Amino acid sequence: MGIIEAILLTVITAATPLVLASLGELVTERSGVLNLGVEGMMVMGAVLAFAATQATGSPYIGILAGIACGALFSLLFGFLTLTLVANQVATGLALTILGLGVSGQIGEPYVGMSGIKLQPIVIPLLADIPFLGPLLFKQDLIFYLSIALVIGVNWFLFKSRAGLKLRAIGDSHGSAHALGIHVIRTRYLAVMFGGACAGLAGAQLSLVYTPQWVENMSAGRGWIALALVVFASWRPWRLLAGGYLFGAVSISQLHAQAFGIGIPSQFLSALPYAATVIVLVLISHNRRTTLINTPASLGKPFVPDR
Amino acid sequence: MRIELEKRANPSTLFSILSPFLALALTVVAGGIMFALIGKSPVAALYSFFIEPLLDIWSLHEIAIKAAPLILIGAGLSVCYRSNNWNIGAEGQFIAGAIAGAIVPVVFHDWHSSLVLPLMLIFGMIGGALYAAIPAFLKAHMNTNEILTSLMLVYIAQLFLDWLVRGPWRSPDAYNFPVTRDFVPEAILPELISSGRANLGFAFAIIAAVGLWIMMRYTLKGFEITVLGQSERAGRFAGFSSKRMIWFSMLLSGALAGLAGISEVSGTIGKLQPIISPGYGFTAIIVAFLGRLNPLGIIAAGLFLALTYVGGEAVQLTLSVSDKVTRVFQGLLLFFVLSCDTLIQYKIRLVFSRFGQTTEGSAH
Repeated sequence: MGIIEAILLTVITAATPLVLASLGELVTERSGVLNLGVEGMMVMGAVLAFAATQATGSPYIGILAGIACGALFSLLFGFLTLTLVANQVATGLALTILGLGVSGQIGEPYVGMSGIKLQPIVIPLLADIPFLGPLLFKQDLIFYLSIALVIGVNWFLFKSRAGLKLRAIGDSHGSAHALGIHVIRTRYLAVMFGGACAGLAGAQLSLVYTPQWVENMSAGRGWIALALVVFASWRPWRLLAGGYLFGAVSISQLHAQAFGIGIPSQFLSALPYAATVIVLVLISHNRRTTLINTPASLGKPFVPDR
Repeated sequence: MRIELEKRANPSTLFSILSPFLALALTVVAGGIMFALIGKSPVAALYSFFIEPLLDIWSLHEIAIKAAPLILIGAGLSVCYRSNNWNIGAEGQFIAGAIAGAIVPVVFHDWHSSLVLPLMLIFGMIGGALYAAIPAFLKAHMNTNEILTSLMLVYIAQLFLDWLVRGPWRSPDAYNFPVTRDFVPEAILPELISSGRANLGFAFAIIAAVGLWIMMRYTLKGFEITVLGQSERAGRFAGFSSKRMIWFSMLLSGALAGLAGISEVSGTIGKLQPIISPGYGFTAIIVAFLGRLNPLGIIAAGLFLALTYVGGEAVQLTLSVSDKVTRVFQGLLLFFVLSCDTLIQYKIRLVFSRFGQTTEGSAH
């Protein structure tokens, strides 16, 4: 395996959690709900996936635990913002703060324990393709899921009836409600989908990226995922591209550190965060295109009238 | 069964006073359940978490020390949040203030003068304000979401501080430990009263909170903040500029966070080190909401959250419970505050649709 393949493999590993978490948030935001709790759901998914894997010895049970945990944890957010119409920004922050606290406590006995890595699944024939084979067809289940989900979500949002309804709710919940679409129910499902994806992204961190539990191991990826949704202007394919771009940036700093170029490691570590800010500015500075792309009801509370 | 909301004609005064207390009560109950789940006696744990720290002078001083940054930052954030500017990067502005303020005692470490401390405090405020100016500029002129930019800047500030204390600012006589020189005595914030460690930072916090309360209640600026926060359009008709408000609220909260940062470093730590805050900038968000975005309420809320820090350390010692419970408590508290606030605007009904009957909830 050449050096370029090796580097590209690390890019894929770094990009997968970003793609997954932001894809979930994309669906949530398309339904008009802004959930800033991605970081919290992700870190909860990571710790539960690790714990379940340790308990059962199977990382596949771990993946399921991560997904279930993310979805359940997001219900807390759903109940507050959808049923009790609490402020979405504040509730999302609360979810992140709570997730970081609870995961720290759950994870305490697992600190320093060596984990079980999710093994790749080799797809016969395709894996033998030179160069692309080892990159794309000797990957773990979570990578395959991330690609399938991007395709699936794109189809769902733009080709299916249910997806059309979901987008309608995100653009005008009042009109959607008047047409008899179940605004709150759809939003609950969208929030839970976002939570499940964030949980899966967390599972990738503690089972693939670094198979161990470290406190706060999401390290801001949940926030970068939120920025990615804006970067992708709420479109799944652009999100895939953006996820890989960010994966490349965050991994390039590790490679740069390994090669020992003369820049302090802290500056290199700051690169993904600085890149996020710069990309956000480039994407949003045109007020009109931002307005066109953003779901019009995003972040606005909805109380059905009777 | 499902829950339905009915909008009140007017916000309930009763619940706007009651809601924080309801949230506190629910947090205590949930905390008791949590302690029971991890096999500790809830009564003993809650006692050493919430009551014991109030019973001796030493821990009262600790509460004041921890409340000071929470109140300073929280009061500034309340102005931001009321005007609909979501600065969640106060942690970064806290660090920026600490670094800027520490320029004087670290770089000019031979300078002994009574000017050192005032200069440090001013530099701290400027540092925090400048760091908040980045998301303010990006929001006001580049249309960029301030939530994400201000948060990203937190990570950058943490890494920058880490580089400083391991690199150019590392003390020559600290045996390679990542710390700066100890500040000279003239650079240390004086103690408030002789009985313990609490320093002038607490006085700054009270002054700032009361000052902001007066501003919000009695001045045109306060009115402008409220109007623009509730409806940008209405504010425009009144001749208020939302761009100027972005700058005003972000710079103000940044300066206060910076003051909190330099006060913490100067009064409590006495030097710079890689970690200077147990997440004050994030906890202050909870303080702002628990205080109902009212500066006087924020004083009480800041004291309470400081108690959760001190109580968390106490249960760690007495019951060998992990200090992570503090963060769990804080997260739970914010959840309960936000849900109880619903009662101010809405009546909650439980609907049993199968029988078509409506049972009114206890909340009126």
